[in-house]
Amino acid sequence: MSDVILSVQDLTAEVDGNPILKGFNLEIKAGEIHAIMGPNGSGKSTFSKILAGHPAYTVTGGEIVFLGQNLLELEPDDRAKSGVFLAFQYPLEIPGVSNVDFLRVSYNAKRKHEGLEELDAFDFDEVVQSKVTLLKMDPSFLSRSVNEGFSGGEKKRNEILQMALLEPRLGILDEIDSGLDIDALKVVAGSVNALKKPENATLIITHYQRLLNYILPDVIHVMADGRILMSGDKDLALELEAKGYDWVLEGEAVGA
Amino acid sequence: MTIESIPVESTLSDVGNLGGTTKVNRADYLLGLLSLRGELPSELGRLQERRDRAFSLVHDRAIPTTRDEEWRFTDLSDLLRLQFQTRLPSEIGFPQLEDFLLPESTNSRLVFVDGVFAPALSAVDDLPDGVLVGNLVAGAELVPALPAYLANQPGGDEVFTALNTASFTDGAIAWVPKNSVVEAPIHLLFVSTTEALSHPRCLVVAQAGSCVTLIEEYVSLSEGRYFTNSVTEIYVEENAEVRHTRVQRDSVSAFHIGKTAVSQARDSRYTCTAVSLGAKLARHHLEIYQTGEQTDTTLNGLTLVDGDRVGDTHSLIALSQPYGTANQVNKTVVRDRAHAVFNGKVWVPKAAQMTNAAQLSRNLLLSPKARVDTKPQLEITADNVKCAHGATVSQLEDDEVFYLQSRGIPADQARKLLTYAFAIDVIDRISVSSLRDTLTRLIRVQTS
Ligand SMILES: Nc1ncnc2c1ncn2[C@@H]1O[C@H](COP(=O)(O)OP(=O)(O)O)[C@@H](O)[C@H]1O
Ligand SMILES: [Mg+2]
Repeated sequence: MSDVILSVQDLTAEVDGNPILKGFNLEIKAGEIHAIMGPNGSGKSTFSKILAGHPAYTVTGGEIVFLGQNLLELEPDDRAKSGVFLAFQYPLEIPGVSNVDFLRVSYNAKRKHEGLEELDAFDFDEVVQSKVTLLKMDPSFLSRSVNEGFSGGEKKRNEILQMALLEPRLGILDEIDSGLDIDALKVVAGSVNALKKPENATLIITHYQRLLNYILPDVIHVMADGRILMSGDKDLALELEAKGYDWVLEGEAVGA
Repeated sequence: MTIESIPVESTLSDVGNLGGTTKVNRADYLLGLLSLRGELPSELGRLQERRDRAFSLVHDRAIPTTRDEEWRFTDLSDLLRLQFQTRLPSEIGFPQLEDFLLPESTNSRLVFVDGVFAPALSAVDDLPDGVLVGNLVAGAELVPALPAYLANQPGGDEVFTALNTASFTDGAIAWVPKNSVVEAPIHLLFVSTTEALSHPRCLVVAQAGSCVTLIEEYVSLSEGRYFTNSVTEIYVEENAEVRHTRVQRDSVSAFHIGKTAVSQARDSRYTCTAVSLGAKLARHHLEIYQTGEQTDTTLNGLTLVDGDRVGDTHSLIALSQPYGTANQVNKTVVRDRAHAVFNGKVWVPKAAQMTNAAQLSRNLLLSPKARVDTKPQLEITADNVKCAHGATVSQLEDDEVFYLQSRGIPADQARKLLTYAFAIDVIDRISVSSLRDTLTRLIRVQTS
């Protein structure tokens, strides 16, 4: 068995007839942390939402293989159950659905999929409380509606809480660092690092280099206009920080 | 009184154009209902004049048509297919009531079976001195002031209200004297067992400084096509408080037209949580009449309809004094080919300065054929007031469904979770925990 977790080949996709991904390639192996950087509007969030199965995006070509299966054939909930987790750039507010009920239903969907017994509210509470403590979250988050009235940072932490509960094979973190102060950033980075296991992988999407001081990626990709233009090791992030994205974009223009 | 249904085919030739609006048939039908009225109990003799007035009012009227502005969206044609007869009430016992009894109201419960008071199933004990909870006729003897209240609210000329006033025999009275605090919720349980016509009547008087919790509940032991035409009058006197929960869990073949008329005196507080789950056609008239300043009114409504059922709320908040506060939220969940109606009038005349009123109508349509008609109707002539209103008609948000799916929750379960969340928020406001639990269970079933 290969240790490839995700393999994306020549992916093209559009929304409302506008092409956004224009031949996207990526391979992530078990135990690796990858980062995709790139200017606003280059299609990073689009790619992450396509992985999660968002219905607004149409894949027009290429393939995505996740753990040996064709990911595009799976419903969003089946993708989640087989181990894909996306921490959204803009987590949705869902008034009326209590956060703890939501977390329990989601946790139990996963357990059911794995042939494990579902946990009742009481037993689940124990599981969730320990994660809440780990993430230094205010326990009152649990009784509130999902993300309703949460600050930007609180929403991001709630996403990480969900990831900690679901223990995905591939965690995709879309701009998890935006809106976080430095203390919150350290907590979030700490829990991402704590979740790292040899059989799992993480994909970090960001346009700031700051996060990469706390989560060290094995591979960094630079994305622009729907494609990966350049890949390298962590030094690439520093070079980007110093020279800006224009440097890569210009290089591309010359090379093309 | 019981009902017989006429097979539709023969009915059509017998009575003419049923689906239409032929005045004479609708008048005849109403006369037929009126002819089944009971005698006014002799103890209530002093109300005979009011009763006669209601009788002559109904006598000259007809069942409304959809050309009638107040009934534009709710078609009563199907009601005309049902015929009723006088019949003795059914004998039922505690085993049949098991699902409906509330432990909080073990000693503060009145039960009516097909509109008839059932003393053996009722229990009233341990209430504070001077509190009277019982059948209306008992109230007549013990409370000489009764005529000042019974059938004395504005809006009594509305045809179904008048039909009730002309017809009722039994009914509930809850009389709470000055400064009395009734801890136990008073449970008024109206049980339908058969295809009967009934006119439940309730009178609640909370005198100055008193406080009472009222649960008015309509349930069914059968899937019968009965017709319940209820009227509840509530008087909240100075600085008194009434917390009212009205639950309509009728048979899905039944017709229910109900009126709640509330008078609020100075500094009084009234909360109504109205939950409408059953009936083929349910219509609730909820009317608040402010008689003194600085009243506080909270109205929460929830209607769930599916199949081809109709759920209709027509409310009126009639302010007339300064410093009043009114908050209203009406929610509907509509499936299949069902139809929900909300019409919310708020009157804020010149005299009602410094009023703070908010009304929100939120409607969730769960199928392409589901329908909702919602109409906020604010009439504001006072200038120094805060009044807000809004109405939303929506489907479940695709983004919300997707967010839940992305956490492993299948789409249909996600939709149920979101629908449940929309509805349960109204139930959560009910303070009586056993009732809240029962309704939570029912909502869970109806949203799954
Ligand atoms: N749902 C959508 N509808 C219309 N356009 C979209 C939608 N999502 C993304 N786009 C467009 O696709 C492009 C890429 O956006 P996005 O994937 O959010 O980029 P990034 O995350 O790299 O900033 C942008 O031009 C954006 O306007
Ligand atoms: Mg983005």
